[in-house]
Amino acid sequence: MLVSIGHVTRYAYATPASYSIHTLRMTPPSFEGQKVVSWRVEMPEIDRALRYRDAFGNVCHLVSIPYSHTQLAIIARGTVETQDKSGFVRGLTEVSPIRIFRRQTAKTEPDQAIADIVAGLKSEDRIDRLHELMQVIGERVEYVVGATNAHTSATEALSDGRGVCQDHAHIFISAARLMGLPARYISGYFVTGEELASEAQHAWAEAYIDGLGWLGFDPANQLCPTDRYIRLATGLDAGSAAPITGNRRGGMDEVLDVFVEVQQQSSAQQQ
Amino acid sequence: MLGRTANDLYWLARYVERAENMARLTEVGYRIVLLPRDGDGTHEEWRSTLSSAGCAQGYFSKFETLNTRDVINYLLFDFSNPSSVKSCLAAARRNGRAQRTSLTRDMWESLNAAWIEFSNINPANITAGELPRVLDWVRSRSALYRGALLNTILRNDTFFFSQLGTFLERADNTARILDVKYYVLLPQIEMVGGGVDAVQWGAILRSVSAHRSYRWVYKENYKPWRIAEYLILNQAMPRSLRSCYDEINIALSDLANLYGERSVCHETAAGTRNLLSSGNIDDIFQSGLHEFIEDFIIRNNRLGNDVAEVYHFNG
Amino acid sequence: MGRKLQQQEQTSVKATQALRKAFDEMNGTGDGVRAPYNAVSEWLGTQKLEDLKQKLLEAETMFRRTGITFAVYGKEEAAERLIPFDIIPRIISGPEWRRLTAGIEQRVRALNAFMYDIYHRQEIIKAGKIPEELVVGNSAFVPEMMGVEPPLGIYSHIIGIDIVRTSENDFFVLEDNTRTPSGVSYMLENRETMMHMFPDLFARNRVAPVDDYPENLLKTLASVAPRGLEGEPTIALLTPGQYNSAYFEHSFLADQMGVELVEGHDLVVLDGSLQMKTTQGLRRIDVLYRRIDDDFLDPLVFRSDSVLGVPGLFDLYRAGRVTIVNAPGGGIADDKAIYSYIPEIIKFYTGRAPILQNVPTYNCRKPDDFKYVLEHLPELVVKEVHGSGGYGMLVGPTASKAEIEAFRAKLVANATNYIAQPTLALSTCPTLVDTGVAPRHLDLRPFVLFGDEVRLSAGGLTRVALQAGSLVVNSSQGGGTKDTWVLQD
Repeated sequence: MLVSIGHVTRYAYATPASYSIHTLRMTPPSFEGQKVVSWRVEMPEIDRALRYRDAFGNVCHLVSIPYSHTQLAIIARGTVETQDKSGFVRGLTEVSPIRIFRRQTAKTEPDQAIADIVAGLKSEDRIDRLHELMQVIGERVEYVVGATNAHTSATEALSDGRGVCQDHAHIFISAARLMGLPARYISGYFVTGEELASEAQHAWAEAYIDGLGWLGFDPANQLCPTDRYIRLATGLDAGSAAPITGNRRGGMDEVLDVFVEVQQQSSAQQQ
Repeated sequence: MLGRTANDLYWLARYVERAENMARLTEVGYRIVLLPRDGDGTHEEWRSTLSSAGCAQGYFSKFETLNTRDVINYLLFDFSNPSSVKSCLAAARRNGRAQRTSLTRDMWESLNAAWIEFSNINPANITAGELPRVLDWVRSRSALYRGALLNTILRNDTFFFSQLGTFLERADNTARILDVKYYVLLPQIEMVGGGVDAVQWGAILRSVSAHRSYRWVYKENYKPWRIAEYLILNQAMPRSLRSCYDEINIALSDLANLYGERSVCHETAAGTRNLLSSGNIDDIFQSGLHEFIEDFIIRNNRLGNDVAEVYHFNG
Repeated sequence: MGRKLQQQEQTSVKATQALRKAFDEMNGTGDGVRAPYNAVSEWLGTQKLEDLKQKLLEAETMFRRTGITFAVYGKEEAAERLIPFDIIPRIISGPEWRRLTAGIEQRVRALNAFMYDIYHRQEIIKAGKIPEELVVGNSAFVPEMMGVEPPLGIYSHIIGIDIVRTSENDFFVLEDNTRTPSGVSYMLENRETMMHMFPDLFARNRVAPVDDYPENLLKTLASVAPRGLEGEPTIALLTPGQYNSAYFEHSFLADQMGVELVEGHDLVVLDGSLQMKTTQGLRRIDVLYRRIDDDFLDPLVFRSDSVLGVPGLFDLYRAGRVTIVNAPGGGIADDKAIYSYIPEIIKFYTGRAPILQNVPTYNCRKPDDFKYVLEHLPELVVKEVHGSGGYGMLVGPTASKAEIEAFRAKLVANATNYIAQPTLALSTCPTLVDTGVAPRHLDLRPFVLFGDEVRLSAGGLTRVALQAGSLVVNSSQGGGTKDTWVLQD
């Protein structure tokens, strides 16, 4: 599937920021099942950015804006060609041994409720168990936009019973790690269809299965990722896989506006 | 050098200078209050002392009436007064501690000891008889610090920013004394004459430690225009506006040599110095002493702002 | 397990007995003055108590004037307090010091090799020498450090190793401080003060100098400048500011090295480098000796509410554009849960047995160990895994019954948070106290520097528990310090 993506993030401040700095994890990787045909990130000072790879294999840009500003736009756009690999992920550049993805974080630290979910899984087969886990999370946590925020933890979302893809992914990761499996968080894009609730900016989880490798699970949509999923960044949780992390001096009362457009290109639609 | 370091050194010097000036103003005010006077409440003298010290507004937001004990306490020991001797010594030490690496051991020890000793003084124990001793002590600590600075510091930006702070503060202090008391120096007042004026003239000179040197320089009795000339234009008098601006210009030109760059603050300072070196007192009286002093205070403040801007005091 | 425990039990019983008669640095076990102390003992015999007390007051005046103070958290009235100083030196002979040196160097190299490994391929976990969970699940492990290539492969360049002595030949390492060890300024100022007050003592003893430390620190910092840097590196010391407990030390070291003492807001990340805001505009920094904790280093990566650090700093470090000393994530090597594996770690990376011993340690996360600990609390020292500064610990032999029971409750509630060790009979040294000269327990913190080579100043900081019988030497708990002499043969 040939997919075109436009991802626009706009910040506006009530008072000027004298300086701001941003870490961008906005460069999608090419690997089996995903080929970046063209990609461009635009923002002020991007040509002076420091480019490097982080602990989770993401290509990052560190961009400083050293002058007064009251607004800022970060625009990523490009075309990516995808194939359905039944959720399996191969050929990705890995920096760290897989075991570090067993580490729980503040956002994934499990509680009794998550332990109960794991204990209640009935399937025998290890892959079936993960599918069952995905299904249970989908049933337990209703997809409600705005019910949670960027800082909500897995346990909070589960007890509230409402959340978005980030929360579904966190609960899945928490439970998978509790089962002893390395698990990680993926931020990316999704080619939406009318039957599915998720938005174009999306997140899902991956668990590592010995002998098979990384396998993706999207509890929000009850799917293993297909060619409708475009991977952007990987992390231990939403924090370390965030497309943009920023800090600024001054700049009170931030107003954030994110617009993501993901479209299947017509040539691919014909196939 | 970090911009923050320059800022701290500059303010450290200003606070030490200010502590000394506060002690001197308190001493002069107290001296006048002790004199027998007729008519109005002798405490009124404190009003002009507080004005010269830039503390009148703060004082009256705290106290309703002028009272010797309250005024002295406010000028020396009150932490709520940012210009009290105690606040100045605390701020000087805080800045010094933040820039411990820029100070020599002698400078730091004199600052640190000054603060430790002063903070041990209990204001309630200070009797009228002991006040002069405390005020002398403040001036001697300031002198000790200046001595340590002059004797031990490298002649680099550490020294130059310290000099700028000292002389900008000193110029501001002398100018404010003139601003508050200018009317006793005006010619028509001199015609009226009388003992009160002589006391006032003496007080002005005392508040810049110049009552003795005046006679050496002018070899005659106090004349108001001579006093004004002495405090504004005299090149030899170490607290005159002119000599402060000589020092400021030296420090700025040393900075320009060190950094290889002159900036807007050099123009500001040179302009003010020219005004002082080419001025004569008759012209100043002609066009208005008060206006001249007010203009000077504005220029002096502008220079402070320019220096902070040019040398990145705030990053 | 059973056999190991038995051995430890014996050690512990022995230790408790020995506590009543600890080894004394000057007098040994009571059979005459030990050779290194001959001259000092003789001198001490000629001094009047009143004169010594007078000298102590003079020393305190000197320290206070210098401003060498130490802030104690949670005690507002003592915002700037002096660490008590004792004028009777602690003396180490040449041969003793050579043995310690070899052990320390071995340890420092092994600890750094361990950090390199766990932040790369994690061979030691693969080899089964250390449990994965203890590393990967450890709160001191910093996953963001994975794959970073620090210059020369070094993480902890500045280490303070806490060593105690229990007999003529037994030295134990209590703790490896691999994050930001403090106290080196006291080592230097104590010596200054002693030389100023007792020049004749130094004339009678050949004491190895310690004043090479600042120069060695500077050399070490310069040696780990980013790869490919042309010209001399610019070095700065990052402090949280003057209200930090160790501020004196920060400014002291910056001054002694002639480098800028910077705070977070003096720095900015721009054009792929770390810059400081000077009177002449921005200037690049290549090596940052930071004295703030990992959590506060960079709000983009760690605590987002930190105002002490610099946003973007960690990313620069990762990209090799600036060197952070010590590296983030070094806490994994001095973690108390990892501590008991250090002998294994030394063998794994150096292929040799450890020269310096570890104190036998019970990990309360292990059921057998935990059971033992609960049964032997009155004999043990119990510490929080992530605690430091002597806070939150139980010293069994000196604790009351009520204190032990209160601690037992905390222990049961959160066992994995604690380790326990037998109470060691720390050696004593004559110390000037109110009633005269009396033995007090002490430890030793040598300061090691690791860059292009290992540099170790002769001696270190001797900390002394000033209360009779107390084994807690931490300055935050009322401990004092002594000048530490290494005698040259």
